[in-house]
Amino acid sequence: MRIGVLALQGDFEAHQKAVERAGAEAIEVRTAAQMDSCDGLILPGGESTTMLKLLRLEGLFDELRRFGQSKPIFGTCAGAILLAGKVLSPHQESLGLVDLTVERNAYGRQIDSRIVRIEPESGASIEGPVEAVFIRAPIIRDAGPEVNVLMRYQEQPVLVEQGRHMVATFHPELTSDPRIHQRFLATVKKALLNGK
Amino acid sequence: MNYLDEQFRLKVGLAEMLKGGVIMDVTNAEQAVIAEKAGASAVMALERVPADIRKEGGVARMAPISKIREIMAAVSIPVMAKARIGHFLEAQVLEALKVDYVDESEVLTPADEEHHIDKRAFKTPFVCGARNLGEALRRIAEGAAMIRTKGEAGSGNIVEAVRHIRTIVKEMKQLTVLGREELVAESKKHQAPLELVQYVAEHGKLPVPNFSAGGIATPADAALVMQLGAEAVFVGSGIFKSNDPEARAKAIVKAATYFRDPEKLLEASEELGIGMFGLDIAKLPESELLQTRGW
Repeated sequence: MRIGVLALQGDFEAHQKAVERAGAEAIEVRTAAQMDSCDGLILPGGESTTMLKLLRLEGLFDELRRFGQSKPIFGTCAGAILLAGKVLSPHQESLGLVDLTVERNAYGRQIDSRIVRIEPESGASIEGPVEAVFIRAPIIRDAGPEVNVLMRYQEQPVLVEQGRHMVATFHPELTSDPRIHQRFLATVKKALLNGK
Repeated sequence: MNYLDEQFRLKVGLAEMLKGGVIMDVTNAEQAVIAEKAGASAVMALERVPADIRKEGGVARMAPISKIREIMAAVSIPVMAKARIGHFLEAQVLEALKVDYVDESEVLTPADEEHHIDKRAFKTPFVCGARNLGEALRRIAEGAAMIRTKGEAGSGNIVEAVRHIRTIVKEMKQLTVLGREELVAESKKHQAPLELVQYVAEHGKLPVPNFSAGGIATPADAALVMQLGAEAVFVGSGIFKSNDPEARAKAIVKAATYFRDPEKLLEASEELGIGMFGLDIAKLPESELLQTRGW
């Protein structure tokens, strides 16, 4: 099982290490060929506007959408913004793979960044609190009927799943807790088995 | 986990988000918008770019608040601003303004020739310049959450940034092969806390992201310092002192992502106009060097 981490810009190195800690192989993805060789893909934190420019420039935007139509994607922070159906503040293009409306930088500026401990939703099958690192994070303002909310903070969803995709507005890759990445790996494994 | 540790993780966390990107110097909202559209991962708000500070002389201070506000309102990416070395009051004002990062910068005229700012006293993260490992570790000990090479700002000449990144990387490698008992003498030699010297010896890298700045003017310059070990780049005068800021900004963004791919770097280098005028640093008098500010 091989997980790609989109490495156009952002904390892709932290995600690679997190995937390895969770027990899978991780590669940096900068081209369509590299993307195709992966069973699942992570869109890391960073600046979504920068990633969007580079995706467009290199013709990867449509490739990424195609990838998401058959394989699992996990987006954190900027990755969540890229995966959403609709982006606010300001509006920008997105992949529309997960039925979410996301507001950028919604907690404020860096001084409003925070680390909190969150008790996952009862049906999430994640045991015990999760440390969530929010950095200039977006807020999910609206989630469609097919979206399954796994964690909330201040009543807003911060970790969700829809089908094979997962979205976090915080950064599990910046902690040593492997559970969130393990959950994504389990989804990728399931998708692989279903595909056979 | 105490409060300070969490604060530091958040500061380093934002630096992590900026990796693989380009942070561009801008002096007004219009330039900030051009930078954001070109794919900058952050902008640095300042009154004059280093090339103009060098040319015009005089005391260079924190940018006017109205300018920084205008830039913060114009873009959605992080906004950094420079404070003078040791001028903790300018830093307090920038924190009250809620800029995302403060650069305690040798590009501005130092306010204190002996002491840098106590950066642990702030919630806002700081980046500081360094020419060697000891300088980098002293700044980290003071609370810097990101290090960048000093290079020679406003020169359009990459030679100093190359010297500084090579020095820092070499000095880190050297520590990794030493025995624990040898690190005490290294700590003395580098004039840096033993604890940080031990960290570098164990991990082969700084405990914070290591970026490059000072003299980057072309896509190839950006890729060069990244292949030498920098994790992102700052471009100061190189963009808005060229005759093609928009195209050059885009090209440098592409180069920072594809820094190991010569084909992509060729694409990025194509169709660029004339870069900024460069200075031969060997011919600059010592008094005009910016990198010797701070210790």
